[in-house]
Amino acid sequence: MATDAASNTATAGTAAATDAETATSPRRFTRSLLHNRKALIGAVILLVMVFVSVFPGLIAPHDPEASIYPPNLGPSWNHLLGTTQLGQDVFSQLIWSTRLTLEVTLVVSLIATLISMIIGVTAAYAGGLTDRVLTMTTDVFLIIPVLPLLILLSAYLTPGTGSLILALIITSWAFQARQLRSQGLSVRNRDYVVAARVRGERPLYIVLVEIVPTMTSLIVASFLALAVFEVGFAASLQFLGLGNSGSLMWGTMLYNAQQAAALESGNAWWALSPGAAVALMGAGFALLNYAFDEVGNPALRPLRRKRGRTPA
Amino acid sequence: MRYLARRGVLFLVTLWAALTVNFIIPRVMPGNEATAVLGTLHNVNPAALHALQIEFAVNVHQSVLSSYFEYLGNCLTGQFGVTAQGVPVMTEIMSKLPWTLGLVGVATVLAFVIGTVAGIASAWRLGGRLDSVLPPTLFIVSTIPAFFIGLLLIYVFAVRLNWLPLGGNYSVGATPSWSLSFIWDVLKHALLPALSLVIVTAGLWVYSMRNNMITTVSEDYVKTARAKGLPTRRIKYDYAARNAILPNLTGFAMQLGYVLGGAIVIEYLFSYPGLGYLFYTASTNHDLPLMEGLFLFYTVAVLVCVLVADILTAILDPRTREG
Amino acid sequence: MAEPLLEVTDLAVEYLTEAGAVRAVDGVSFTVGAGEFLGIVGESGCGKSTLLFGVSQLLTPPGEVVGGTVMFGGKDLVALDTDELRAMRWRDYSVVMQSAMNALNPMMSIGAQLEDTLNAHGRLSREEIRQRSAEVLRLVGIDDAHLTSYPHQLSGGMRQRAMIAMALLFTPRLVLMDEPTSALDVVAQRSLMSKIRELQQSLGFAVVFVTHDMSVVSRYSDRVMVMYAGQIAEAAPTAAIFDRPLHPYTRGLMTAFPSVTGPRKELAGIPGSPPDLARPPRGCRFHPRCPVVMPVCHSQSPELYRVGEAQARCLLYAEQAKEAV
Repeated sequence: MATDAASNTATAGTAAATDAETATSPRRFTRSLLHNRKALIGAVILLVMVFVSVFPGLIAPHDPEASIYPPNLGPSWNHLLGTTQLGQDVFSQLIWSTRLTLEVTLVVSLIATLISMIIGVTAAYAGGLTDRVLTMTTDVFLIIPVLPLLILLSAYLTPGTGSLILALIITSWAFQARQLRSQGLSVRNRDYVVAARVRGERPLYIVLVEIVPTMTSLIVASFLALAVFEVGFAASLQFLGLGNSGSLMWGTMLYNAQQAAALESGNAWWALSPGAAVALMGAGFALLNYAFDEVGNPALRPLRRKRGRTPA
Repeated sequence: MRYLARRGVLFLVTLWAALTVNFIIPRVMPGNEATAVLGTLHNVNPAALHALQIEFAVNVHQSVLSSYFEYLGNCLTGQFGVTAQGVPVMTEIMSKLPWTLGLVGVATVLAFVIGTVAGIASAWRLGGRLDSVLPPTLFIVSTIPAFFIGLLLIYVFAVRLNWLPLGGNYSVGATPSWSLSFIWDVLKHALLPALSLVIVTAGLWVYSMRNNMITTVSEDYVKTARAKGLPTRRIKYDYAARNAILPNLTGFAMQLGYVLGGAIVIEYLFSYPGLGYLFYTASTNHDLPLMEGLFLFYTVAVLVCVLVADILTAILDPRTREG
Repeated sequence: MAEPLLEVTDLAVEYLTEAGAVRAVDGVSFTVGAGEFLGIVGESGCGKSTLLFGVSQLLTPPGEVVGGTVMFGGKDLVALDTDELRAMRWRDYSVVMQSAMNALNPMMSIGAQLEDTLNAHGRLSREEIRQRSAEVLRLVGIDDAHLTSYPHQLSGGMRQRAMIAMALLFTPRLVLMDEPTSALDVVAQRSLMSKIRELQQSLGFAVVFVTHDMSVVSRYSDRVMVMYAGQIAEAAPTAAIFDRPLHPYTRGLMTAFPSVTGPRKELAGIPGSPPDLARPPRGCRFHPRCPVVMPVCHSQSPELYRVGEAQARCLLYAEQAKEAV
């Protein structure tokens, strides 16, 4: 119905193709994905970040927390991005912060997508009152503005990474639940699912074995779409000072830089580089997501005229 | 009408949920934040103090249920207690509202117009020059957190080039008036924050609009319109664009929450004294009454916009009227 | 024979895919005379709908006409520029789509959509518009009170009839229909078809009717064209094709449809599936599935051979055609 289509625009990533029948086989899909320029760039960006988060010591020249250098220096060969107000090397901090930032983003996106999927598919499969209640709950969480709720929750929770993760999950799970429910509904009525029900299989079996696997592409797309924004939300929250200012994350670097007025009177690179890193990670996920949409929904693909391969 | 009734129920349920969130959190979270805050209040209107005690479970000698109902009653009559400074929450919010309204209102409208026009133009000539460049760029830009765009703009225009002020809503020492020079001052201060918001928001909308248009353009009724030999402009707007926008009006309204969140960060970044900045100072001061009041306010703002979108859809989309 | 109303020569349509260009319509030629009812049948994916859109110049990227001509009203539709084409659209030829629910703008009333069409091709007064709209609705048996109704308020059959009414606004000489009855139940189908036939007889327009339903074609068309893999497999007057199908594929189609009257025969399908048009088989495109395939079919592509009043693209008739020439 017209109203159900309403919230699909809330996600910047996922396009309207929820029908799994339009998706090609997994192998062809992955091949198309690999040929897609955007996917490639996005994947490279993320792989680099994964590498950096696993082996930070290989790249960062100094101990990120050692405040032994002259403060507020501009970029130099010794300190590629200068130093902080406390005399720490910005570049090393940036590198070392990759790990925690990536971890938090992935954990939040994973758990939120899981919850989203469970709720969406349950609503689709159970139908009736359960469906209505779950859908309404989803709608409520969709309307409540994210950052205000995040700020409110943070005021009560003890500052720390765990609270950050919890708050982010609470405010994000509803993001994709509608789309997942939508597809769950269309899958539920497919012949093989109906056949499974008629065979007398238990609902849990049907959901896990028949329904969820068909939705893999949408689930992955949801995960990516979520990750795009989680990086930003986490950083925004920390930027406002609501995270654990001692932790090594890009968001906390931003907070510290802002508190020291680095942009105006100190080392501007200190203020800008973590922001750029956040944007880059978001862009990586976004490119992957964009490419995912294009491969999954042929209508969105740009055309490249490849004349010369006409069959004889 | 059944459509509106359903949406009306959602409105009420969400409102109730937001109110209840405010009530439950202080009671569920560990620690005695609330007691500390309320302890700092002096010389306060007794009714306001009592309302806060009920909301935050401080010094309460009644059952949770009766507290709950009294709290709901207070909310519905606009009694939100006082801030940590003793000022009524409502008053505080109202005084800062115009600044945020101006900033966010203008930025959102602008972003919507830009996003819609660009999205339509882009999708109409799929794969064309505009389309290969605009959507991916704007999409990426829209995923960049608002604060970074703000930081960049500040760095380039305020710090480096010194064309525009660093922050605030008007110059220090200027007296508010309707004079041209003051208005100019205000505009100069609002430019960068507004620009940040527009960039972030427009990106999101171009992407959604483009995708919706693509789906619409491939529909049979657009093909039929072409077959009938209707003029291109008519097809583009009355058959395609209208069908792309209208069913998604509510969806657009629901994105407002994200925009408001971005506005909070932008206001903080620019020290722009609107509601967002108020929210930030409230959180650093642990001013719980103010925070809860603001949270409610933001939620209601989004709710109202969604309701307006629903009403518009009901009026303009014939499918919502059950024949 | 009188000058044909529509003359399609060697039409070719390609779709651009990631695997390269796929030829969905490969060198199709046919003619339609004034007032004639031509049925085009084939399996899904044979190119019949693409052919229709190629002829009416309604293809959108990634599809496009890459060769051939479509002579209609003394002009080649393929070569016309947008404005000239637009002037001809709907006035001289109109199109009825498969599903009226999708072909009608859900946001506009039936009357508004009729008005739109009328305004696109002339300047009529409000009253004239109203009269013509009501008249055309009456032609298909719809009460003119429905001018203010929206598509979702009408039943499936009524929507389809409204589409046909819209197609007849300017009493064109040719109406192209793409499976207009597929979405309807059997009873509504029958009723719609007889209405179309009735209108055709009274108004004198020609019809090109694309369908996968042989029974509809057998009852209403003057001539039938069978398509396979983007090419014409067989073309003949209706009686001829049903009494003496020439192409093995056509014969296969005949046995695939049960007849209510007549002896009970066992249904035989056609084994295999239509070829991937990105890589069509060498030689005759039907040879992998043909029950009477000959060695030469693997390497030589058959032309469309004339056999009496019919044409068949099958090497079985290559000798005959040579003799006839």
